[in-house]
Amino acid sequence: MDLLSRYRNLTVLLLVIFAQLILLAYQVKSKDKDKDVPLVRVWAVTAVTPLANLIETIRSHTVDLADNYIFLRDVREQNQRIKDEIARLKIDNQYLRSELETADRVKTLSAFQATTPSRTLLARVIGTAPGSNSRVVFVDRGTHGGVMRGMAVITPEGIVGKVVAAYPTASQVLLLTDPTFSAGVISQKHRVHGDVRGLGQSKCQIDYIQNEETVETGEKFYTSGDDGVFPKGLLAGTAIAVQSGPSSKQVFLDPAALHGGLEEVLIIVEGVHQPIPDISTASPEIHLQPPAAAAQETPRPDGQAEVAGTEADRLREKYEQIGAAQNHVFGTGLPGSKPPDFNADPGKAPRKTAPPPPVAGGSPDIPPDKAAARP
Amino acid sequence: MRDIGDRILISNVREKGHAPFRRWAFVAVPLAAILFQVYVPRFFPVLSYLELPLLVTIYFALLRRNQIAGTLIGAAIGLAQDSLGAGKLGVFGISKTLVGYFAASVGVRLDVEHVFLRFILCFFFFCFHELCHWALVHIFVGEQLGFDIGNTAIVALLNALVGISLFHFLDKLKERN
Repeated sequence: MDLLSRYRNLTVLLLVIFAQLILLAYQVKSKDKDKDVPLVRVWAVTAVTPLANLIETIRSHTVDLADNYIFLRDVREQNQRIKDEIARLKIDNQYLRSELETADRVKTLSAFQATTPSRTLLARVIGTAPGSNSRVVFVDRGTHGGVMRGMAVITPEGIVGKVVAAYPTASQVLLLTDPTFSAGVISQKHRVHGDVRGLGQSKCQIDYIQNEETVETGEKFYTSGDDGVFPKGLLAGTAIAVQSGPSSKQVFLDPAALHGGLEEVLIIVEGVHQPIPDISTASPEIHLQPPAAAAQETPRPDGQAEVAGTEADRLREKYEQIGAAQNHVFGTGLPGSKPPDFNADPGKAPRKTAPPPPVAGGSPDIPPDKAAARP
Repeated sequence: MRDIGDRILISNVREKGHAPFRRWAFVAVPLAAILFQVYVPRFFPVLSYLELPLLVTIYFALLRRNQIAGTLIGAAIGLAQDSLGAGKLGVFGISKTLVGYFAASVGVRLDVEHVFLRFILCFFFFCFHELCHWALVHIFVGEQLGFDIGNTAIVALLNALVGISLFHFLDKLKERN
């Protein structure tokens, strides 16, 4: 025992090695897997595998998290890239739409230019004049292009304004809505004359229409051509409000050519008067003048020739027709002679082209039916 | 030279059997070393050359400075390593039992806190372990394994370098007085 105690360490070593050698020898000798020593392996595997599972779970979650983070980072970058692409495409789309609208407008202007009898000059609006109340724009055509002060400016939709100053390379156009603008107009249906005037807003007012005149809401007004600026027959706008005033009728006009901005205009270099279009043929969308050969006075619906706009003028013409129908020459009858029958309808009486030869002793103021009844 | 010798040689009476180490570490560290060898080479095959169970055996044997403890630690770690492998039980057990015993014997005589000494011991015991393993497999199991001295020396060098870092890390787990 003393020997073992003295060499205790070596003894333990030899015992441990001997035990393992026996274990090893048993395995080598058995050569059969079923006769292996599974107990030690079971202990070791049971001790190790839970930790291995835990580590594997942590690792897989960490890797997944990292992958997801990288994926999300890529998605964020991709999202930003797509947003930039969309923004660029929106700008391109807006630019192309603008170009397309410009092309459409130019096409419309060209069609209008080809059909209108007036000689026009295409111009582009390049700026506006300062001032909150002023309605003045600059166009890119000036005296070098043949523009002169006082020329009318229109679009296919209607009148825009007039040139108030012409410079070598640009012109200043006073718009229809400016308070200092004025142009003669005539209504399409009732042929009422007036004077359109700007209000400094988007609408205009028509002055000098008597309360007795008839103007309907929605009635179109065309240029009358008597202001020396606009040729007759150009659309000015549509009456949107009509009311009687203390001295004259108040008619508010919605300008036809100033809807949706103004970019391209036509300057009338040589104006040609045109008839006021019929209601049935007037297009609310676009106004195209008939060809120059067809530009004739449109007869009135009642078959009579167009007369002046005032009531006195119409009354004078009516009396002249009555006189002609009754072979009466105004200003030739003596005092006390019989006047013509002013209550007679001039349209029913046969209108003779030449007066009959004077009857001897007859009074020229005697109506023909009574003269014929004389013996 | 005398100072270095004084530092490496320690008093057998004063420090023998002193192991200021947390008890859980005696289980957790070998288990972690075995897990490392089982798990990590799946993803990093180059790390399969690291023999962490052997380094842990050396460290604990040197630290305990007790041949019986070193023997038992080596036997336990070796058998655990054997049981997780496909080889015969006892091959790594006997190798690490011998390493544990001799490492503890060295730890009794020398100051194992010295880095250079740790490097030399790791290198030497790795070669000794590989030789024992080769001999046991060759003699008792009958398998013809090659033994490349150059390759073994390089791997021993790498393991010794890793062992220095590992020992330094394990020193942090010691209990503080």
